[in-house]
Amino acid sequence: MADSSITTPLPADPKLETAIERMRRHDRLVLTLRLAVLVFLIGGWELGVRAGLIDPFFFGQPSGIVVKLIDWFQNGTSIGPLWKQIWVTIYEAGAGFLIGAVMGILCGIALGRNQLLSDVFSIYIKVANSIPRVVLGSIFIVALGLGAASKIALAVVMVFFVVFANAFQGVREADKNLIANARILGASNWQMTRAVVIPSALSWILASLHVSFGFALVGAIVGEFLGAREGMGLLIATAQGSFDSNGVFAAMIVIAVVALVAEWILTLIENRLLTWRPDATINE
Amino acid sequence: MTAASPSAIELKHVARRFVTPSGELLSALEDFDLSIAPGEFCAIVGPTGCGKSTTLGLIAGLARPQAGEVTLFDKKVDGVDRRVGFVFQQDAVFPWRDVLGNVMAGPLFRGVAKDKAEVEARDWIVRVGLKGFEGHHPHQLSGGMRKRVALAQTFINNPQVLLMDEPFSALDVQTRELMQEELLQLWAQAKSAVLFVTHDLDEAILLADRVAVLTTRPARVKSVHTIDLPRPRDVATLRYDERFIAIARKINDDLREEVLRARAGH
Repeated sequence: MADSSITTPLPADPKLETAIERMRRHDRLVLTLRLAVLVFLIGGWELGVRAGLIDPFFFGQPSGIVVKLIDWFQNGTSIGPLWKQIWVTIYEAGAGFLIGAVMGILCGIALGRNQLLSDVFSIYIKVANSIPRVVLGSIFIVALGLGAASKIALAVVMVFFVVFANAFQGVREADKNLIANARILGASNWQMTRAVVIPSALSWILASLHVSFGFALVGAIVGEFLGAREGMGLLIATAQGSFDSNGVFAAMIVIAVVALVAEWILTLIENRLLTWRPDATINE
Repeated sequence: MTAASPSAIELKHVARRFVTPSGELLSALEDFDLSIAPGEFCAIVGPTGCGKSTTLGLIAGLARPQAGEVTLFDKKVDGVDRRVGFVFQQDAVFPWRDVLGNVMAGPLFRGVAKDKAEVEARDWIVRVGLKGFEGHHPHQLSGGMRKRVALAQTFINNPQVLLMDEPFSALDVQTRELMQEELLQLWAQAKSAVLFVTHDLDEAILLADRVAVLTTRPARVKSVHTIDLPRPRDVATLRYDERFIAIARKINDDLREEVLRARAGH
């Protein structure tokens, strides 16, 4: 640290240290309060059930949910091993997410960079975006069958529009000065896209990826709901069919964990890609 | 200008008009004439919003005039010209690239091999006094340092025509003085024709061979003043020189008239 402070213009001064310390203290406080909220909610729920205020038949019971989860992990679910169901759903959501995101980014950048394309297609995209996309799930099941393809297709549709809209907006918001500067420095259209447009749209795109992995999960699960042979959505549908509310909640928790892990991975990627941003550097 | 040595920049009867959002036609430039010799440093001063930046955009090929002709070395401007360099008022360095990447950008865009571009860029980084900061990103630098990056980024392309749009207006007075000195040194070596837009009359006189005063909108050249102060100039002390003060007073009278007219018009 002492060495680098000579060569770097950013002084590692005490002011920075106290700022970091203050941030840490704030983080600890937030964590404590979050735990308190969790304990209050779950404790209240469990106590409510035990006191007879909440009917566990309809609303489940935290201890019952935990028992259910343990049972699933140890003995498997009614439709097969739990890991298999989780994997199937992750696979469908992940594949749909990747395809949808790549398509969204490509289309967003293409339309953002080309005025004519955007004038022609913007109306169709608006219309397509206004359709409740979950309904398409039924068509995909009919067309693509009960396997993974129909769920992936639904996840793609869910993800595409969010990512597209953000990529498009990000391209449009690219700083006019930077674009003028790149042009005068000699950038061709393609170099401009690579050197200026994509980097400046990147923070928009990454923000949309956070939201859209959740949408991909929704797409996969709803698809499984509508018709499937395996997956977390089918597990929920089965639990619902046997009036097993603890099972529904248990499946929900598993899905939430998957979503949180994905979110965490996306944040890692984001920090990796956006190191040039001031706030990203402070987090290092 | 004689036929033997064409002007570096020449604007003849140039007009540039905009349609405002409310549908009115707004004339930024009208019948605008100006000619700058190769290697000459010319400054433009004028009331705010009179169309100074518009002029630079036309020369850079970022916009086209509705009437008249803009030429660089007798060649009509048709799109962005490779011989032009542009230093912007706001930060226009790429925030996601480090200093080296920013300075290398021009040569790389123009197809220079990567290792050659890097050698050149390192040389320019040293010349603008940023040695040791090659790996820093713009947000880690001060405003003055970012301006140095912008200068290196522009000069590395060896521009024969250098356009500057109030480049130092966002800097504090001390930094501005240093940057002005730096610019004069770089210019003395590069020998490019400079068109320097500023609202600061002192800055214009300190730097330029000639100062053109613009009228309020639509902008025309109201008068051109030759600054016959000897070079090299000492930016820090020249402004207290009697000759400097005499010139400043003369141009200031001209400029004030337009500023007052601009105010009355709004």
